[in-house]
Amino acid sequence: MYIVDMLGITKTFGELVANDNVDFQLRKGEIHALLGENGAGKTTLMRILYGLYRPDTGVIKVGEQPVEIHSPKDAIANGIGMVTQHFALVPPLSVAENVVLGNTDGFVVNRAAIEEKVGAAARRFGIEIDPKALVRHLAVGQRQRVEILKALYRNARVLILDEPTAVLVPQEVDALFETLNRLKADGLSVIFISHKLHEVTQITDRVTVLRDGKLIGTVDTSGISQSQLAAMMVGRETFGVTRKGEQHEQQPVTLRIQNLCAKNDQGMLALTNICIDVKAGEILGIAGVGGNGQKELAETLCGVRDCASGSIQLEGKELIGKTPAGFTQAGVGRIPEDRHEGMVGDLTVTENLALEHLNEYTRSGVLDHKATRRQAEELIHQFQIKARPNDPVRTLSGGNMQKVLLARVLSRNPKAVIVPQPTRGLDVGATDYVRQQLLEQRDRGAAVLLISEDLDEILALSDRIAVIYEGEIVGILPAAEATPERLGLLMSGAIKEH
Amino acid sequence: MEIFLVNLIGATLRVSTPILLAAIGETYAERAGVLNLGIEGTMFFGAFIGFFAADKSGSLWLGFLVAVLSGVVFGLLMALLTVTLGVNQHVSGLGITMLCTGLSLFAFRLNYGGRSIPPSIESFPQLAPFKNIPWLNTLTEQYLFTYITFLVIVPLAWWLLYRTSFGLKIRSVGENPEAADAAGVNVFAVRYAALAIGGGLMAAGGAFLSLAQLGAFTHGIIAGRGWVAIAIVIFGNWNPVRAMWGALIFGGTSALQLRLQTMGLQLPIPYETFLALPYIVTIIALVLAGRNASYPAALLKPYRRE
Repeated sequence: MYIVDMLGITKTFGELVANDNVDFQLRKGEIHALLGENGAGKTTLMRILYGLYRPDTGVIKVGEQPVEIHSPKDAIANGIGMVTQHFALVPPLSVAENVVLGNTDGFVVNRAAIEEKVGAAARRFGIEIDPKALVRHLAVGQRQRVEILKALYRNARVLILDEPTAVLVPQEVDALFETLNRLKADGLSVIFISHKLHEVTQITDRVTVLRDGKLIGTVDTSGISQSQLAAMMVGRETFGVTRKGEQHEQQPVTLRIQNLCAKNDQGMLALTNICIDVKAGEILGIAGVGGNGQKELAETLCGVRDCASGSIQLEGKELIGKTPAGFTQAGVGRIPEDRHEGMVGDLTVTENLALEHLNEYTRSGVLDHKATRRQAEELIHQFQIKARPNDPVRTLSGGNMQKVLLARVLSRNPKAVIVPQPTRGLDVGATDYVRQQLLEQRDRGAAVLLISEDLDEILALSDRIAVIYEGEIVGILPAAEATPERLGLLMSGAIKEH
Repeated sequence: MEIFLVNLIGATLRVSTPILLAAIGETYAERAGVLNLGIEGTMFFGAFIGFFAADKSGSLWLGFLVAVLSGVVFGLLMALLTVTLGVNQHVSGLGITMLCTGLSLFAFRLNYGGRSIPPSIESFPQLAPFKNIPWLNTLTEQYLFTYITFLVIVPLAWWLLYRTSFGLKIRSVGENPEAADAAGVNVFAVRYAALAIGGGLMAAGGAFLSLAQLGAFTHGIIAGRGWVAIAIVIFGNWNPVRAMWGALIFGGTSALQLRLQTMGLQLPIPYETFLALPYIVTIIALVLAGRNASYPAALLKPYRRE
């Protein structure tokens, strides 16, 4: 007896086949993972079930009955709720207003009454939340609870969670899993979209794997290992790039950051007395939950953001006061957090590759097209960029865009490389490539400062790991001592280690 | 002095009425996520068609009704362009203003020719509930629409926006249409409704000028009141009650400058300075209040389900 049957679902966007004749079946009272790389079609399939997309072909049954789902309203009527990656909440409204939105009984909304009702529902489902609080004041984990409550309040019997742990610290993840297990015991069915293997094996009963829009298979979680799942997901037995060989203790310090303070866009202090030394031939990872000053740190270290006080020295030379171009010339390689920010989408690959060093390709004010073209062809070959020199950058995939950025920065052999979130939104293949490049920089002797919200990435690449919390470095650990649990405690601000 | 003050307050209420109606209309449109720059033209067309219908039918009320309906139609046209077709909101709004202005002037010319004295009609009478108390009479001798605007429309608009499910939907589609859609709210229908209501209120503001305050239609009848209303919406932080205070500040300085002009003060400044006063005050008020303005997050963004 399946509560949801999706049979032969096909969905295309132009030439892209996002779902290719996919079958998906959900049992009552199970947690079912939908596993796959970015772009495998997981979210598309679930957006179809939730009525946000229409399938080209295929049948959807709920409780054995064929249904037509044209909009989220139809999905809700069929007992299906979805928590999307970007929360579908209205920040200026209260928790209660968000929960009843689209589901108000009657025309008049009585605040006290809805707060009471939503509060009662939260207690019934064991979700801790204040119905009066404004959503804009809530932390990410709390917002997620509002989303889950919203679905349950509409009598959802099927709950779709799209990468629910991407934004949570480990402790919040534990709390979420606890809630899900309790709801499962009450008969709720959960679809858990993820690409994190350890979570999938920890929480789910069955796993359906998608690859390139195709169904690879559905298996019982208890009978399968993480590496088998990984093989199904990426189509090869092993994947991932990890650091090899310990670095030598005696290496000199290349990048010395002392007592660095900087303000955020709102004029509040975002970084407080940051002290970090990055040695030559080392990757120093900065772990932390998003929004704890990572963006400001990366920008300050590239000269894009003014610092309030402190010092940044590259091989003993002070960089504070220099322009971003001055930082680059001094030998700081800057790979911006937002790929689109680092490049001009409408310009070609060639032009973007030459952008940071236009003066080198200019003869008496005129750009030397032959020279830029020659350089572009070289770099395209060297960095395996799947694009032609004259393609506008905006037509490239995320992975290839990132390669263009890497090519532009790394081909200069910078002494220090600042890389915030280098693999965000990339698929496994491109992620591996980017990580490999960073390791090559390390082995070449560059000082690499890796800022990432992906703990697995930090653990796989870093020689030492610093944790940032509310703009402060709350601990620096050698990789050997850094366990996910210990990092999780640091990241959530529970402990400090100095 | 007391008479001057009472007189000034009475005039302030009168002058504020059309701007307040339009500002509440614009508040609804913007709260739903659509900047309706058709406001000036919608007011202008409302003023004209209201006058024309009243003149031809002999019924002021019929004229007013026709005006409001015309505003609803232009609100729906704005919705068709920006919500369904996803056309740029600035371009659509300015286009509607130009369309309305052109249509009105063309029809006016066809029907009334190029007279030097503008045609006029017997306008709505003013109510005088306190005839026997002179000072109170000066304050309360107002058009029915002024009463309705301040005592009914403002509270009703606030209540509808903050205390009903319809208002909750408007606020949510203007902030986060994806969220509203995912919650089962029909984003398109809500935006259509908000623009229709808004257009009706804007045209009512225009018709107030031609059918009540002036009893005539002239080319300069709106004179930028629509643009002022947009500033007042921002000043009011997209709240109908706060918009009322904004409209009163503008109306108050307008009434004041008229009186300053006619007081016969021998000042070494040209009278145009007085004319500019309400606009200067509006800009100053906007600068002071606008720094903390929290725009509806989805304003200017057409909603598409990818």
